[in-house]
Amino acid sequence: MQGKKTRWLTYAMALVFSLSMVSAGVAADKEIRIGAVYPLTGNLASTGLDCLHGAELAVDIINGKYPDLSLPLAKTAGLPNLGGAKIKLITADTKGEPRNGQAEAERLVTQEKVVGMIGAYQSAVTKTASQATERLRIPYVCSDSSSPTLTERGLKYFFRVSPHDAGFARDQLQFLKDIEKARGVKIRTIAVLYENTEFGSNVGKQVLALAPEYGFKVVADISYTANATDVTSEVGRLIRANPDVLMHASYITDAILFTKTFKEMGFHPKGLLTFAGYIEPGYLPAVKADANGIIVRSTFALDLAKSKPLVAKVNALFKKKYGIDMSENAARSFGAPFVIADAINRAKTTEAEAVVKALLATNIPGSELIYPWKGIQFDPKSHQNVYARGILVQIQNQKYVTVWPFESAAAKVIWPFPAWAGRK
Amino acid sequence: MYEQLAQQIVNGLLIGFLYSLIAIGLTMIWGVMNIINFAHGDFLMLGMFISFWLYTLYGLDPLFSIPICAGALFLLGLLIYRFLVSKVMTGPGLAQLVVTFGVSIFIANAAVYFWTPDFRMIQNPLLSGTWTLGAVDLSIPKAIASAGSVVVSFLVFLFLRKTKTGKAILATEMNRDSALLMGINTERVNALSFGIGSALVGIAGAFLSMYYYIYPQVGGTFGLISFCIVALGGFGSIEGAFVAGILIGIVQTLGGYFFDPAYKYAIVFAMYLVTVWIRPQGLLGW
Repeated sequence: MQGKKTRWLTYAMALVFSLSMVSAGVAADKEIRIGAVYPLTGNLASTGLDCLHGAELAVDIINGKYPDLSLPLAKTAGLPNLGGAKIKLITADTKGEPRNGQAEAERLVTQEKVVGMIGAYQSAVTKTASQATERLRIPYVCSDSSSPTLTERGLKYFFRVSPHDAGFARDQLQFLKDIEKARGVKIRTIAVLYENTEFGSNVGKQVLALAPEYGFKVVADISYTANATDVTSEVGRLIRANPDVLMHASYITDAILFTKTFKEMGFHPKGLLTFAGYIEPGYLPAVKADANGIIVRSTFALDLAKSKPLVAKVNALFKKKYGIDMSENAARSFGAPFVIADAINRAKTTEAEAVVKALLATNIPGSELIYPWKGIQFDPKSHQNVYARGILVQIQNQKYVTVWPFESAAAKVIWPFPAWAGRK
Repeated sequence: MYEQLAQQIVNGLLIGFLYSLIAIGLTMIWGVMNIINFAHGDFLMLGMFISFWLYTLYGLDPLFSIPICAGALFLLGLLIYRFLVSKVMTGPGLAQLVVTFGVSIFIANAAVYFWTPDFRMIQNPLLSGTWTLGAVDLSIPKAIASAGSVVVSFLVFLFLRKTKTGKAILATEMNRDSALLMGINTERVNALSFGIGSALVGIAGAFLSMYYYIYPQVGGTFGLISFCIVALGGFGSIEGAFVAGILIGIVQTLGGYFFDPAYKYAIVFAMYLVTVWIRPQGLLGW
């Protein structure tokens, strides 16, 4: 009796096992597994989710048929050169920490068998995650981390689509020069304030190095921890330095806290130029009118739709799926899946060396992008997109509007920074 | 220069008083039960969310939701004690250590599930704006929150010294076995302390919600700092937690202002390490 039961169990298990093998085999043919590492819990959970939404929408567009979208692989279902194979995103949570970025990237490659990687938003996490993929020889396409050092490491499997902070810092300083000319004002001093991980410190470094070149004097150089409970001492230092312009590189919690503290302590420079935190979707609802007048670096704005109808179409799809407008983060993360899918499609295989070769030959024209760029082509050495550039948006009436470069501006820049009192 | 110095000391006091209130709740639980409540920061977050939802759904100003936050957190503390903590009190040490850790992870993730990881803020609370007193700008909600924290801390102090129940809590804190022999129901004292400790952090949450952003992980740094304060002030010492909270608030702001903001928490934690090294029982511990 006992023996019979055991035998049956063995048969059943063998059956289940072989079936699962078959289904895995089928899946491997039809499905291209791409890893996506993002901070889905922890301080940056709302940001990470927003980025992931952008990437998910891109995958939807690649996998489905969207004949009216001029995006790569939109018109066909899946990847035509691989028999219509579909992209499947395998997500992993970094909790916003570099060590998890590395561990999760390794797990995705070794256990989930992903053939490519995207993410991780925070530069410090992208750094460790891409070291793991480099060792495991898996292509990594990043469109959401901005630290310049990421593409200065000479990695073979790492590519970046989006602009980096050296470029962004130049944009902001050039903007100040342009404002001086356009408004007949003189800007002498700037203060630089930045959170002290990979991202912020590099922005700080860039601004410190570039400011003299543009004729500005840096009167305060302040770094801080992004998860601080109170930033009154930082703002006290800014007040003491009394700069004409503040340049601030932050994540979201600190952006909210600083905005409140600026207002409370009456810190009021002529211009507030910022990076990252101030453009996350959680920022505006939290501070409302206190954000008006703040200028943020960006790669995307909804008002680009005026010159690029594609932006409005993509935003409509995004809004339908997630109920909110596409943010800059979602828009940036939206880019990477197209680039990696396009390369795999041209390589006709998921084999890493061939995909890297195809990535190096990437040539996506600007008309197939939601960004205001000439296109995507990677520098053969650094693997940075040579056409990536930034725009500046300003918060006006609690909306992000493009204000620079002046020729593609949707509205006139408000300068100087409006008074704190009487905001509605 | 002196204006900013005065301003920074005031800022340090404002955050310090609030730290004190948060830490008093934590130290009370530790003192009575020798249990570290790792979920303390998450209780703070719950207090903030309760205040936020009462404001958003019923238009109740955070100032008036203080008693509701206190009551709700008191009840939550009692339940968690009754159904979780009391079960492991007689178990192995490791179980006692990890039980509140589990509660912390559960609460934080449940908050993400129900309320999303988004950031919220109470937009137009009754108390807003800034008083200018000479050279010092004083944020009104922060000032009221700090004053309220001092009042509540003082009430706790009176309660422990003047009432019979309070004395029973102190007695249990000093020596559980003797307290039991004297006819004190230590089980009831345990439950009560857990409830009161949680209620205090709930009140702190309501105060904080008047001017701080609210999201599921907001308790993290506050929780960490309150452990530091408890250790600095002396485990189980209410007065110690009060003094240490103020001390850390001031060290944090002045350190950030004069030294370097990037290291202000390093200074705070270094102070904690030095204290543990030369005076392991803490400033006012015994």
